[in-house]
Formats: sequence, C-alpha cells, structure tokens
Amino acid sequence: MNVPRVSCLDPHERNERRRMARKRLLQMHYESGVGHIGGNLSALDILLFVYHDCLTAQDEFVLSKGHAAGALYVTLWTCGILSDDDLTQFHRDGTLLSGHPPAQGIPEISFGTGSLGHGVGLASGMALAQKLKRQSGRVICLTSDGEWNEGSNWEAIIFSRQQKLGNLTIVVDRNGWQGFGSTRDVADLSPLAEKFRAFGLSTCEVDGHECGQLPEVLHQHTEASPLVIIADTIKGRGVSFMEDRMEWHYLPMSAEQYAQAMMELGDL
Amino acid sequence: MLSNSEVPGLVFLTGDLGYNALEQLRDALADRFINAGVAEQNMISVAAGLARKELRPWAYSIAPFIYARPFEHIRNDICLHRLPVVLVGNGGGYGYGVMGGTHHALEDYGVLLGLRDVDISIPAFDSDLSVVISELMQTNRPAYLRLGLSEEPKGWQAPPYSGWRHLVAGGGATLIGVGPLAGSYVRACLELPYESRPNLWALCRLPLPDLPAALIQQLSNGKRLIFAEEHVAQGSAGHSFVVQLVKQQVHVSQFQHVTALGYPSGRYGSQAFHRRECGLDAASVLNAALSGYAS
Repeated sequence: MNVPRVSCLDPHERNERRRMARKRLLQMHYESGVGHIGGNLSALDILLFVYHDCLTAQDEFVLSKGHAAGALYVTLWTCGILSDDDLTQFHRDGTLLSGHPPAQGIPEISFGTGSLGHGVGLASGMALAQKLKRQSGRVICLTSDGEWNEGSNWEAIIFSRQQKLGNLTIVVDRNGWQGFGSTRDVADLSPLAEKFRAFGLSTCEVDGHECGQLPEVLHQHTEASPLVIIADTIKGRGVSFMEDRMEWHYLPMSAEQYAQAMMELGDL
Repeated sequence: MLSNSEVPGLVFLTGDLGYNALEQLRDALADRFINAGVAEQNMISVAAGLARKELRPWAYSIAPFIYARPFEHIRNDICLHRLPVVLVGNGGGYGYGVMGGTHHALEDYGVLLGLRDVDISIPAFDSDLSVVISELMQTNRPAYLRLGLSEEPKGWQAPPYSGWRHLVAGGGATLIGVGPLAGSYVRACLELPYESRPNLWALCRLPLPDLPAALIQQLSNGKRLIFAEEHVAQGSAGHSFVVQLVKQQVHVSQFQHVTALGYPSGRYGSQAFHRRECGLDAASVLNAALSGYAS
C-alpha cells in the first residue's frame, strides 16, 4: 500500500491535522449535500492515526464500514493521495468518490465496501495471503459497532483465529449507534470485548479519538491470533449539535448548521 | 486438480465438504488447502482477499451452497472487483437428488450470469475436466465451474471440449443439452435410425458462445429444435440462445424449451426422478424430438 510511513508529528501538529481533516470532511459533505456525517466523524480520528501512525508500505487497510467513505477520502487527502480537486467530485456524477468506497479506480482503496459484514473476511483473506507468501506486514480492518450484528463477521473471526492470523488487526469504531437506534437498544452485544475474548482474540479497548496508544498496541501484539481494538468514539465528534445523535447518520447540513460547525472547529 | 497442484499461487478453499474426494488434494497442497468451515459467506470474502493479493483461489462446495448463501459476497467482493476467483459447485441441477430441495441448484448459472463478469463452465464429461481446469487456472476473471455426473456411454468417445460440441449427427430434429444433461442423451440418440436421429449438441460454456455455423445450418432445415437444461427457465441458457437466434435472424419453425420445473408433484427422488418429472429425461426429450420429426 502506497502510504506514508509512520509520522513523527508532535501533538500540536497532529491536532492541527485532525482539525483540518474535520473541516475538509464537513466542507465536502456540505458541498455535496449528503449525510453519513456522524459516522464519518466518529471514524476520522482512527483513520488518521491508522494512516499516519500505523500503516507501513507492507501493510493493507480495509474499510469495512463503507459509509465512512468520506473520512477515508479525506484521510487519503491528508496523505497526498487524493487532491483537493478530487474531493470536490465527492458524490458528483462521473465521480470515483462515491458514497461508499469504489471497487475500482483508486489503487490505495483495496476493496469497495458498503454492505456491512464484508471487511473482516476480506481482510482475513489478505492476511492469509501475506502468511502464505511469507510476507511481512499486517492488515488493518476498521468496522463499525452495529456491523457486528452481521453473522459473516463472526464467521470471519472464527476463521481468522483458526488460521492464526496474528497479522490481522480489527478496529471497531464503537460509537454506540446504528441505523435505527442505539446498539444497546437494537441488538445489544455488550460486553463486546468479552465476546471477542471468548472467541479467542486478543482484545483491548482504547479512546478512539485520542488513540495515541494505537501504534504501541499494534507493535506490542505478537500473538498468533488476531488483535481486536475496540475504539470508543462519539458519533459526530467535534460538532456539538451532532455529537452522540443518531440522526446525523443521515442528515445533510443546512447552510446555518454548516456555518456553526465550521465556527466550532475554528479557522484554518 | 492434483496435476495442477504446483500452479503458482493456487489456494483451494472448501466449505467443509470433500470427504472421500479431496483428501489427496489436501495433502498435495498442504497449507494452500484451507478448510474454511461451514461459513460460505466468509469463504468467499477470504477468497477475494487472497485474489487481491495475487493468489489464485478456488472455492468449493456443493452447487447450492457455493452461490446462494454467499451471493452478496460473490457480487460485491469478487465480481465488483473482477477478481479471478474460481467457484466450484458440485452437483448442479438436481444432482443431489433425494437429498431434497435445499441441496438442488436450479437457478445457479442464471443468477451468476446476472453478475455479468462470471465465466461459467459446465463440462459434460469427465474427459472435459483436464481442459476446463487448465483453462480456469489461467483465468483473470471470476468463474463458476458447475459439476455434474458424467454419463458418457461406454465405448463412445466424446469430441474434444469446447463451448459448443456436435455430439451426435442425425437427420432429425436438433437437440441441445446443457452440460452433463447432453451426455445423458447420447446413448438414446445413437439407438435411433439416422433419418430420425436428432442432431445432438452440448453447450458447456456461458455466457453463450457464438453459434457454430453448422448448428445454424441445421436449424435452417425446418425441423424442431429442443433445448434442454437442468435449470429453471428464468435466467436460462435457453433464453440467451433464443435472443441470439433473433439477433442473427435464424428462423426456427418449432421450438421447445425443456427446463427444471422445481417440484411439480411435491415429491422428492433421485436426479433421474426429477428429470422425469420435468420431461428432461432422455425418453421424454427424444419423444419430443421424434414427435416433431413425425409432424
């Protein structure tokens, strides 16, 4: 994967990059008039950490929560892989930047996803391929939390453990919301960490917005079984009126809301 | 498959099936033989991941389990990305007979043809397999291999494998069978006198290959055409064939499409039982061909 190697930004620079990325994400969604903002903002900090602080040239990344495509595109923009002009094409006719990641056309996006419950299996296949080819590197897969309703995900972790895919890391963006209710009210999987552990997977829980410990967790993982990192996040993180509210899974911003959101995030 | 076990990058996945069949392959492939368990959705996604990393995965199960349960994974993970994964479905059509409806694959290639990018192989005879497998080892596209029971009559030599094959020459109607079903008609055709004997063709590849000139010429003889396949009419090879006839302005005076009809009596039985219920057995199909001849 063609991504920058681990960066050495100080905390101030990292925060500034995060702020710029949030603003660019909001601009992109506002200009295209589309929703899915809440889940993008919950995933954005994880994606920035994964791309700037974790992935190496030997690694692969799979975005299983394809509805966070905007956050992925903006992260690729922060890496210099997508340009500002590219982002203006988000959701436009003839674009490669569809509402969910495209299957073709952007080499840095390994798989087009969008229907939930696919990414962990795909990532397991890539991790198995690395193992069979005696390649170094790891595969990181970012899932949502509601996505663990899907039986195929549980098939995938049974498989990945059986195949001893210690090079596979699953990051769960646990923002507590899914399509039509809270994860607790719809299909409560708590305690989620204990469920993963019961399946034999090393599991830890981190703050998904201050994930400075993520690289260390990854590098310390030397077991033969996959690693699960449950990242606690806030849907709509960074914009007061979006935070922890289910409707921002769907709603586009009005001009007034966009102005307020940008004001909250401060001038670039 | 065994003779291809050294093909670089080959990985064989099974959905926990293959007892008394795949043991030698398992031993030959060692860590490149993966029992993915009873988890077909994941097996397909894993296969896509392997293909993305430039390996050559084959994913095996019985025919109904390889395409129906994991359909979305085939569509999204394999076909949207045009990855060279070979899906192998054993026992297409009513192949699993009295095991019941859950074990039949009556709409498999129609469903997969709807994904546009899948090459489908339906070999008619055991002797086809070495060619088919060698071809699929080189494919750069998604593929589906539908396997069935070879019914090659003893002492009869099938022509070399190709998409269209003229199996039996005669002076009667034209009879086209898809895959192994065509083989099941060979003996009955050969027992008929030449003048009433159908011209029997086997169709073994989809999407539909170009129609051979010899077939078009036979269709112009004004005699009946019977197209038989162990698959439902919707999405069938027969429908593709008729569209092709229209495009090429080939006139056929009488056409009969014999297909799988599900379970007309609500009862279950052997593959032969279900073929008889649908009029797909050799006796029924030959009767249809001969009635056309008589008229």
